[in-house]
Amino acid sequence: MDKLFAEYKDKLPKIILDELQEKIPAKAGEARIRKILDAAVNEYNASLVEPGESVGLITAESIGEPGTQMTLNMFHLAGVSEMNVTTGLPRIIEILDGKKEISTPMMEIYLKKPYKDGKGIRELALRIKEIKLGETVQEFVLSVAEGKIEIILDPKKLEALHVDVDTIAKTLTKQVKGIQLKAKDNTIVVNTKKESINEVYKMKEKLKDTFVSGIKDITHVLPVKRGEEFIIITAGSNLAEVLLLDEVDDSRTISNDIFEVQKVLGIEAAREVIIKEVYKVIEDQGLNVDIRHIMLVASTMCFSGTIKGITRYGVVSEKGSVLARASFETPIKHIIDASMLGEEDQLTSVIENVMLNQPVPAGTGMTGLVVKEVVKEKKKD
Amino acid sequence: MAKNIDPSKHDLVPKHTLLSDKEKEELFARYRITFFDLPRIEKTDPAITHLNAKSGDVIKIIRKSKTAGEAVYYRGV
Repeated sequence: MDKLFAEYKDKLPKIILDELQEKIPAKAGEARIRKILDAAVNEYNASLVEPGESVGLITAESIGEPGTQMTLNMFHLAGVSEMNVTTGLPRIIEILDGKKEISTPMMEIYLKKPYKDGKGIRELALRIKEIKLGETVQEFVLSVAEGKIEIILDPKKLEALHVDVDTIAKTLTKQVKGIQLKAKDNTIVVNTKKESINEVYKMKEKLKDTFVSGIKDITHVLPVKRGEEFIIITAGSNLAEVLLLDEVDDSRTISNDIFEVQKVLGIEAAREVIIKEVYKVIEDQGLNVDIRHIMLVASTMCFSGTIKGITRYGVVSEKGSVLARASFETPIKHIIDASMLGEEDQLTSVIENVMLNQPVPAGTGMTGLVVKEVVKEKKKD
Repeated sequence: MAKNIDPSKHDLVPKHTLLSDKEKEELFARYRITFFDLPRIEKTDPAITHLNAKSGDVIKIIRKSKTAGEAVYYRGV
């Protein structure tokens, strides 16, 4: 029976074959199975999109129409967590426009055992979180006359955050230039070598903002239980560094920043994230859009190997035809540029032909007719 | 940081394989396309760095798809 299914491997997608294999009783005879499979192939072929179908247009309508019904509510609180997450229309626009800086970067960090079961998850979360010097300090003592700043660290906070005085002193010397410092017990004395009050004060503020431990850009951490296991949700994203941690499950941890995913995991993973994120928003709003439409958009965005937004700077600028580009936005710019470069338009796509009132190469207009002339040989006289 | 991230371990990264010259010819003949009709992938894409692909190579990608179970996709480097 397996052999029989293998025969149809090229004719049917895997998901249908698997389902058939599961449902057909084992004792069915070969001829009958073949009959079922042939019927399935027929049905499958009949349900395929026909060549020349304007799938892009259908996708645009299928996403656009429910989009008009989306609540324009920009932020909403997701359950008990205190984190704001961009959802709804703004999020979709953000993804489809291919914005480099998204407004709420987020990560879902899946963990390995034993952290998965919630053991030591708080400590791990704190280790991942970006910690600035200001958070560990009990008191800053400014000595204006000598240009010194005395930093008194809070031992309790240090312990909770798993950092010690020496490491802080080290990172400070590395990151802030032009200072000398001495560390003793829980105090660090910084010699700023500055004279005016203003400058000393400025230095204090600078020190306060210095990053001491954790992973950069991760501003909040929140351990939550999802299903059976515990995961950490973060605000701010730094996939490259989080994936390097030993405690992190590097097969599922994911960021919602598509450009970061592209950089770390490649274009295919980015495509998956685009599909997932857009679909999540649409689902959240209680709307129903077929996932194939979103897949088409995501594939288009990732066509060139890097993410291109659906804007005049992104996918539209990739179009070969001048008129097609001009018809989208800023027509005069495109036409002027094209005339200066002496570009030619082959009129091979849809929109140029609409402009020129010609049949468009879509649907039945896509096929041409080739006539083979039969010339009868003249009879010799 | 000595350790490197291995993208192929990640669930979202489908399997990427390099096509041989012969397979490439077959692919172009089957769909009647040229190399320039294919979607592209960057040479430096993290998912294919281990394949040492050169410009002009074709990468076969076997995606897990929600609608078809498995989908085959090709990208030119």
